[in-house]
Amino acid sequence: MARIQLITIILDILFIAYISRLIIKGKLREEYAIIWCLCTLVLVVFSFWRKGLGVMANLFGVFEPPNLVFTAFIFAILIYLLHLSVVVSKLQNNIRNLSQEIALLKERLDKKENNGDAGNKKNAN
Amino acid sequence: MSQKVLIIIPCYNEETSLPLVLKEIGTIKLPNGFMMEAVVINDCSTDDTKNIARKLYTTVLDLPMNLGIGGAVQTGIKYALANNFDFAIQLDGDGQHPPAEIEKLLLAQQNTGVDIVIGSRFIDKQGFQSSFLRRLGINYFYLLNRIFTGNYIFDSTSGFRLLNRKAIAVAAVRYPDDYPEPESLVIFAKAGLKIKEVAVNMRSRLGGKSSIQHGASLFYIIKVTIGMLFSFIRN
Repeated sequence: MARIQLITIILDILFIAYISRLIIKGKLREEYAIIWCLCTLVLVVFSFWRKGLGVMANLFGVFEPPNLVFTAFIFAILIYLLHLSVVVSKLQNNIRNLSQEIALLKERLDKKENNGDAGNKKNAN
Repeated sequence: MSQKVLIIIPCYNEETSLPLVLKEIGTIKLPNGFMMEAVVINDCSTDDTKNIARKLYTTVLDLPMNLGIGGAVQTGIKYALANNFDFAIQLDGDGQHPPAEIEKLLLAQQNTGVDIVIGSRFIDKQGFQSSFLRRLGINYFYLLNRIFTGNYIFDSTSGFRLLNRKAIAVAAVRYPDDYPEPESLVIFAKAGLKIKEVAVNMRSRLGGKSSIQHGASLFYIIKVTIGMLFSFIRN
């Protein structure tokens, strides 16, 4: 086994361990972890299967195997960024609705407290 | 039974102009059969807008985060929906929309029965007319509106509007966040609501800053175009 294979396998394992830790500690939601787990899995497969990259490049008709790596990963990253934008948009929507709800509730609370005060004053008189 | 009218006043750092606007609102008289309430939406101002409004005995909806004009107006619309108002009128806190013109919007609604009345600067070409660039943009939106909704709206960026119950219900569910005016017209048209424009006099702002600064106008146009296009496509 080549040295680079060992290095990548060890790094992959560390990466998976770190992701697992984040999930266990509740810092990373599972749905976002899926893509990271998948990516590492792909890396693990190609670390063991050295000829794999050449085979895949042939399959897709790419002359230089490293180009396949770049293309595939840039594509994956773009998709993931888009996914993150969708998540952010959803969060923004939720925050807007929450803020509006809070403003409306605060107003109702104020009104109630003011009415309460007025009532107390009347009683005092 | 009298009909309830809500004046929605979205404010972001309007401490200089808000007292004048509120005072003017206090002096106007609506036609018989209308009851008016004003609500100030404080969009997380960094100045004293909130306390000034409170001191003048106005209901304040105090947003905990800055949502932008669309989110602020929608808060008022949700308030109108929750409190069973018949009409909601948006009136900016910077003093551009003279409260004395509110009656015109109400009468136009009563006479035509439309769902949305827009107070327009450009029908009679009276009063404050805005800058050249802004008018160029407004012409562009006029064209877009014709294409997307078939409506002939001259002043689609005017925020001075009246919504009836049907329009309130629509806007409470969906209202754009930034630069909402032209896009919301597409949303209303898609919901099958009828829109009419009436001529009003507008003034130059009494204080505060426009939400659209110069560098942002290109972004504004692109954002609104995309917004209108997709509101048009959406089911």
